[in-house]
Amino acid sequence: MSKEAHPDFQLVQASPEFTELRRRHRSFVFPLAAAFLIWYFAYVLLADYAHDFMSIKVAGNITVGLVLGLLQFVSTFAITAWYVSYSNRRLDAAAEAIRAEIEDRAPARAAAEGGAE
Amino acid sequence: MKGLQDSSWLNITIFAVFVAITLVIVLRASKNNKTAADYYAGGRSFKGWQNGTAIAGDYLSAASFLGITGAIAINGYDGFLYSIGFLVAWLVALLLVAELLRNTGKFTMADVLAFRLRERPVRIAAATSTLAVCFFYLLAQMSGAGGLVALLLGISTWTGQAVVIAVVGALMIMYVLIGGMKGTTWVQIVKAFLLVIGAAAMTVMVLAMNGFDLSRLLGSAVEAGGKTGAALLSPGLQYGLSDTTKLDFLSLGLALVLGTAALPHVLMRFYTVPTAKEARKSVVWAIWLIGAFYLFTLVLGYGAAALVGAATIKKAPGGVNSAAPLLAFQLGGPLLLGFIAAVAFATILAVVAGLTITAAASFAHDIYANVLAKGKTTPAAEVKVARRTVVVIGILAVVGGIFANGQNVAFLVALAFAVAASANLPTILYSLFWKKFTTRGALWSIYGGLASAIILIALSPVVSGAKTSMIPGANFAVFPLSNPGIVSIPLAFLLGWLGSQLDRRVEDPAKRAEMEVRSLTGAGAEKAVQH
Repeated sequence: MSKEAHPDFQLVQASPEFTELRRRHRSFVFPLAAAFLIWYFAYVLLADYAHDFMSIKVAGNITVGLVLGLLQFVSTFAITAWYVSYSNRRLDAAAEAIRAEIEDRAPARAAAEGGAE
Repeated sequence: MKGLQDSSWLNITIFAVFVAITLVIVLRASKNNKTAADYYAGGRSFKGWQNGTAIAGDYLSAASFLGITGAIAINGYDGFLYSIGFLVAWLVALLLVAELLRNTGKFTMADVLAFRLRERPVRIAAATSTLAVCFFYLLAQMSGAGGLVALLLGISTWTGQAVVIAVVGALMIMYVLIGGMKGTTWVQIVKAFLLVIGAAAMTVMVLAMNGFDLSRLLGSAVEAGGKTGAALLSPGLQYGLSDTTKLDFLSLGLALVLGTAALPHVLMRFYTVPTAKEARKSVVWAIWLIGAFYLFTLVLGYGAAALVGAATIKKAPGGVNSAAPLLAFQLGGPLLLGFIAAVAFATILAVVAGLTITAAASFAHDIYANVLAKGKTTPAAEVKVARRTVVVIGILAVVGGIFANGQNVAFLVALAFAVAASANLPTILYSLFWKKFTTRGALWSIYGGLASAIILIALSPVVSGAKTSMIPGANFAVFPLSNPGIVSIPLAFLLGWLGSQLDRRVEDPAKRAEMEVRSLTGAGAEKAVQH
């Protein structure tokens, strides 16, 4: 916490810039988190209860279970790359702008009269 | 296994070289250990890739390297299935935890909870569950050290193993005392690098022997397995024995995927980088390294089944854990075995060091500085307490490791994940994302999750009632599963919600606003230390 005048975080929280940042963040991470958890547990349930299906050979000794397991690796890597690119494009600049606003203008604004945005 | 024991001097020499190199690094890193941020968080000056490598070093314990390779060699597909949960779990850390935690906390998980809840009670609760997870994990690592010594150095007497455990413990205390988080991080980085390189080299050798054809490798594993070989390719050898074991695996999968992002020593690593963006990069690096490593173990496990054979592995000292060292000997003779053995030792050393500094930080920062001294202490005094705690925890780990040696305590790692997923993750997520979360919700969730996980384990077949139990003579196993997660995790989430609903106290909306804004923007987050 900075020693200088405390910025009014409730005002920032209510600002359209911050509401938009929060919407962008949550509308991306929540559905994606739900999706990968469902996909992981679907895989675990198949491996746990559908032994015959998972043992079907697709090519040579490569089974359905091995392919699905390797796909878990692929999806994990893909989600990682997707999140990084989304953050770079849609989150970082917006977060940076709000932070600069708070950290640079907080002392100046406190010195001024109202302290409103 | 004659070859294994003959080369024990070579193994010790290679390990000694590792210790010498890391000691020099630790001594160099310790020059700037002045403030609490230096000691606990390495001055917050690590780069994303460095911290990501250190996270991989922390996470890929002897249990995952030796344990998973062995599990695939013996149980085939089920060993692979186990490794997947360990990887997918990192998406929870990446998407929901790492960056927001870095932006709101300083050193420990309790910092995040104490931001907008009542400080004293939540700090005590968070420190209690942190210390519990660290203790279970530490004990598992140290007791595993005994078996590893028997396997790699040919020391089979209990006294001999106790001496080696004490030496490993003393080395670890020295690293953490001198080097703090910076030194510990460098040990993790060196170890992760050696481990991944070693595993990659062995993977290429195994694949080359099979014409870089995975199907052919699987075929040779099946052939070497004889009558039961074909089962190696299908799920069910380990977890599919009965309806109980199936449910047990589901419970384990839940704990693995939700526990990783709430392991205290993982959480603490996010504070060693200067910004949330570097915390994100850390997790990305960790995911690539850990993912690549588990792909290697798939090849190594089936490679060990094909080249060494399940029967030989089971008979070797160390059992399942001997698959990777035996494969190394088969592939590259005593030199490669020596390298892999040294890496396995370094692994225990590094993981134990990471756990110890986390536990010490939690005790000194949460309990001593903020609860006992009520914030009226200096960072220098706090670090002094942390260093003393390191010595105490180190001694406890050595004594615990010596007495747990030979006991069946493999369940402790799974228990650590289950406690982290039950006691830590719900409160972390609620306090980051849920407006109406209150102190009572946090306390109910932490204590409820912690107590239910431990009580269910105590009443399960891992402690009593079966031939493989810790206390085989008694039978008070009323809970049929060996993994409590499927009950304790939903219970902790429920308690967190219920406690908050029933709490008449409303938490300060200004604090809540500050936390939300800071978590997403990084405004006012702790900066890197300038030297």
